[in-house]
Amino acid sequence: MPYPTQFRYTKEHEWVETKGDVATIGITDYAQHELGDVVFVELPKVGAAVTAGKSFGTVESVKAVSEIFAPAAGEVLEANPELQATPEKINTDPHGTAWLIKIKLANPADLSGLMDAAAYEAYVAEKTKEASA
Amino acid sequence: MESATTPIASELRKTALNAVHRRLGAKMVNFGGWDMPMEYPATGGLVAEHKAVRNGVGVFDVSHMGDIRVHSGRAIGGALAAVQHLSMNDASKLAIGQAHYSAMLYPNGTFVDDVVVHRLGEDDFLLVINAGTREKDINWVRENTRGFDCVVEELSDAYTQLAIQGPRAVDVLQKLTDADLAPIKNYWFTQGTVCGLPNVLIARTGYTGEDGFEIYVPSDAATSAMVWNAVMDAGREFGILPCGLGARNTLRLEAKMALYGHEISEAINVWEAGLGRYAKIDKPEFIGREALLAAKGAGVTRALVGLEMIERGIGRDGHGCCSENGTAVGVITSGSPSPTLGKNIALAYVPPALSAVGTTIFVEVRGQRVKAQVVPTPFYKRVRKAAVPAA
Repeated sequence: MPYPTQFRYTKEHEWVETKGDVATIGITDYAQHELGDVVFVELPKVGAAVTAGKSFGTVESVKAVSEIFAPAAGEVLEANPELQATPEKINTDPHGTAWLIKIKLANPADLSGLMDAAAYEAYVAEKTKEASA
Repeated sequence: MESATTPIASELRKTALNAVHRRLGAKMVNFGGWDMPMEYPATGGLVAEHKAVRNGVGVFDVSHMGDIRVHSGRAIGGALAAVQHLSMNDASKLAIGQAHYSAMLYPNGTFVDDVVVHRLGEDDFLLVINAGTREKDINWVRENTRGFDCVVEELSDAYTQLAIQGPRAVDVLQKLTDADLAPIKNYWFTQGTVCGLPNVLIARTGYTGEDGFEIYVPSDAATSAMVWNAVMDAGREFGILPCGLGARNTLRLEAKMALYGHEISEAINVWEAGLGRYAKIDKPEFIGREALLAAKGAGVTRALVGLEMIERGIGRDGHGCCSENGTAVGVITSGSPSPTLGKNIALAYVPPALSAVGTTIFVEVRGQRVKAQVVPTPFYKRVRKAAVPAA
């Protein structure tokens, strides 16, 4: 699955797409692949505050629990309502319909240190190489 | 996102099929010091593997399991006496060709390990033990059989052990062996030619709650890969999948089969674990017997129960159990979504007063109290095929 060039990426395998001061956050294809079959998603409520670098929710597969970290600080505008009933969408469309939350950015400069698609692809290629060594 | 799996270190032990798993694109994890497949995403992953075993057939590499043979010394009888001393079940009741579930206990009645004891001959036994406890177990067996006229051999590295599991396992394996598998009853075994290899131990055993077989073949890489590939080819028509430790865990959890370090350990005794039916305290002697007798009189302070999550949330290994007002009452030993039932299930130790079916228990999931309920176990019980009527 290609990594969209309009996204920015974290080392913890979240992606973020900004439109004005609104950021949409999800987990990457690499992340869903590492987790396996996703069966449960827990997201913050609308209006909650998220803190850059801090966990705002969890995504669980049969085997593993993963904390999701906020790439930037802000207020939650939307939490994807479809994931409660169909968490498996994260496996099939992690960069699209299975986005997790939208936030109103408190400080857009939070995003300046994130990777672009090319850098992230190189980063996960390195991870994959380590794992198969 | 942060993965809960352990990174691969180069000093991990590998089974003879390690390269095969990697070629299949398995996600590998450190399991008790072994580099083992967790799941095979390329062929569908954990849930597909779980369902293949429940509805068709799957194959697992379980070569990390240990094997200890105890056989006669100078005279017949020494090996049986040694096994009777080590194992809480009654090995004298086993026929040649039969196996049973048992455990080796410490003198205080807690678990060294659980074990499947196979009677190979009149005075010849094979103990199949866990991977993570191999060294401890072999030392325990050697130390505690010194006074017996028997020979203890560790054969763990001599065998590649494959578990072929599921309702179609018998059809798959029958294509590869001259042994007649149909008459082999659950927990019995035979020896036969498999894939041209003579005298292969073929046991109708497993750790999935499903029908199936475990076979023990020579552990060189070429032979191991040859047998693995033959099983995969023979199983193709039944939709066989390679299965990893992830599915092995969800399958055994649904069947309420204990996992060492979780439901059983050196801190839990046989009565608490609900495994009393395998402890033959009418046997005159075995290690742990006195403590079990005393503990039986005293009664248990905790019991292993099955939980089903009622509210949203997944109880996992190590999560605390509490009452509605937050008083701690116990702990989950294994918890997972159940692919067969579509529910979130767990095994937990709670006080006997809270162990009745229907009792409400709360599970502490990352700071939240999530409602669960005690349910009957096993969570899943296979429907046994009716005997085929005689023609």
